[in-house]
Amino acid sequence: MTKIAERAAPRTAAPAARRRKSTRREGLSTALIHLELIVVAAIVIFPLLWVVGASLSPGDGLGEVSPFPSEATMAHYADLFTETAYGRWYLNSLYVAVLNMVGSVVLAAICGFVFSRVKFKGRKAGLLSILILQMFPAFLAAIAVYMLFLNFGLLDSLTGLALVSIAGALPYNIWLMKGYTDNLPASLDEAAAIDGAGRLTIFVRIILPLMRPMLTFVAITQFTLPWMDFILPRLVLQSADKQTVALGLFNMISSEYANSYTTFAAGAVVLALPITILYIVLQRYLVTGASAGAEKG
Amino acid sequence: MSNAPSSKLPALVPGLASALVWGAGQLINRQAGKAAFYFAFFAGLVGWEIASGNYYAGMDFTPRGNGGFFIKGLWGLFTLGTQSRQMTLTGLSEGDNSITLLASGLIALLVLALLAIIWIWGIRDAAAYRTALNAGGPRESSAAYYRRLWDSAFAYIMLSPGLVLVVFMSVLPVLFVILVAFTNYNRDHLPPKNLVEWTGFDNFGAILSGSAWTDTFLGVLAWTFVFALVTTVASYALGFFQAVLLANRRTRFPRVWRSIFLLPWAVPAIVSALVFRSMFNGQFGPVSQWLVDVGLTDDRIYWFTDASNPNLARAVVLLINLWLTFPFFMALVGGVLTNIDASYYEAARMDGASALQQLRHITLPVVHKTVAPLLILSFVSSFNNFGVVYFLTEGGPDNADYRFAGSTDLLVTWLFKLTFETQLYNIGAVMSLFIFLIVGTISVWNLNRSKAIREL
Repeated sequence: MTKIAERAAPRTAAPAARRRKSTRREGLSTALIHLELIVVAAIVIFPLLWVVGASLSPGDGLGEVSPFPSEATMAHYADLFTETAYGRWYLNSLYVAVLNMVGSVVLAAICGFVFSRVKFKGRKAGLLSILILQMFPAFLAAIAVYMLFLNFGLLDSLTGLALVSIAGALPYNIWLMKGYTDNLPASLDEAAAIDGAGRLTIFVRIILPLMRPMLTFVAITQFTLPWMDFILPRLVLQSADKQTVALGLFNMISSEYANSYTTFAAGAVVLALPITILYIVLQRYLVTGASAGAEKG
Repeated sequence: MSNAPSSKLPALVPGLASALVWGAGQLINRQAGKAAFYFAFFAGLVGWEIASGNYYAGMDFTPRGNGGFFIKGLWGLFTLGTQSRQMTLTGLSEGDNSITLLASGLIALLVLALLAIIWIWGIRDAAAYRTALNAGGPRESSAAYYRRLWDSAFAYIMLSPGLVLVVFMSVLPVLFVILVAFTNYNRDHLPPKNLVEWTGFDNFGAILSGSAWTDTFLGVLAWTFVFALVTTVASYALGFFQAVLLANRRTRFPRVWRSIFLLPWAVPAIVSALVFRSMFNGQFGPVSQWLVDVGLTDDRIYWFTDASNPNLARAVVLLINLWLTFPFFMALVGGVLTNIDASYYEAARMDGASALQQLRHITLPVVHKTVAPLLILSFVSSFNNFGVVYFLTEGGPDNADYRFAGSTDLLVTWLFKLTFETQLYNIGAVMSLFIFLIVGTISVWNLNRSKAIREL
């Protein structure tokens, strides 16, 4: 960076040779680029730094926290597990997340394979319904699910929550897997069929391993979704010991009686850290997966 | 097995027989196994109805008192219950729960629709097989038929778990919402205390007929459109700009910068939004405090709660949402940039194109072609963005002209409040239909432009 700065601000006003002038202009634009990058990076990092600082600050209130606490303390992380039900919420979220991931991956892989590779009556109608269903925003169904569950007494079940979220994302996931499988060479399964392999064998032995990149995408998105989802659990879950992390955190900050901002900050960090690392490490899968869905419709 | 049929029966006879008693046509065609298959469904339907109902000899039949799953279900769907809960000498009497009746009726209707497919299939099979026989076709044993069925049913068997889940967790709720939009199911008509009634298009009329509901709907709709459009355009523009800067050969450590800029995308939105909510807290938040400390403002600014300044809240919401959404576009555009053939740029340089011209005529069109479908997707998902607004402002600041909505409420957050907080389920259902109509129109239009629909 220092080298760039030197080049950007030459003191001498000597009769500039043409080459020199262009270097100077280049140096200036390099400096401007890095200035912009630094400003944006600061804006990006500051809120994140601030919440980490808040979680380490002594005291309770929002007014007392600072991004760089002089006397950092880990006490709020301990409070999280001793004075709030954070551990319970975390296990609940984990349960829903695992169920949601496994269910989504299995169903999306099977249905995607069938829609892509098997000719059957009603296939076109089925695909069209999937396209229409995936347009219907999941929360609209969620509100209806709430009314239905309310009247049938099915509210407050974590397994129910997972089933609703699997079903909500399934049309999109099937569409994604179908599009991906379409692009796998058909010659592979034709060769296997000639060798006498049944359709189930072809699916398990040949197509499934090739589906891995897209299945990874479905697995990550469906695993992380329940940690961040708010509206569906808010509607479906009621009792205190069935809350998820997202619900618990929201209540911590929106309730007038809860006044420990620093404990909230600690909870936010504990929720965010694993997911953030997962996203950064697997960013390539996630970005290509998301754009593949759009290209296919 | 190619002996001709004993008599040339017209195809209509087994068809009609199957229509009256399932499988009877197949029996006339002398296919006992197949007949049993269809009859089993018929027996199941009748058996289910009788077992779940209250049938006995000499009864005075009423659907409410005696009907089983299907007949009582359909009765409930049409009437939504006739007997409200009443105080009697023995205590509170058992009234009809309209919404349970509505939902069970809907489930009965769905099951009937599925059975109707098998019914029609049976009739067509009986008639078609007889037509083939009359034309001198070979006989097919039931066993051979089953084998053929098993082969072709592979797809259905594999799809059935997903299908059942989607039908009961997505399709059923969607149909249910559509029906609720035509009732008066709200906090004044809450079962089991009160009966709910069909009200036709009254709810639609209430929203569209120029009352406070209309003002709220149009106001919230307009802001939702602005929110979605500005978010999409701004995050694409900023993401594009950052990606181009990172791809510039003069930029040092592009991967480090890239990882930093990806953080808002990687951190769960609920966490970031709640953190911003506290940073912009009017009373204790650090942003207001800092502005006062520096001397830029005399008083603390109440960003999200100042009812006299709704546009301030809207602007801050948009800026924070830009913070959340630009990294995804940056990553996307960055991926496209690395795939652009360098020879394009070399050719352009040789023709004397400036850096800006290269950006305008090479980079932008190539990137735009890949990213365009995602822009529509981004618009739709911003349109339905529940989290950001709800976590930041909960719809506030309050708006006295609106019904149960604040100045930053989007259609979806308003819908959530209508349902969950104010229990106006019928109005919420109508809103759901409107949202679906808008989102569906955009998606269908987008779909028609893409290859996907033609490749089905």
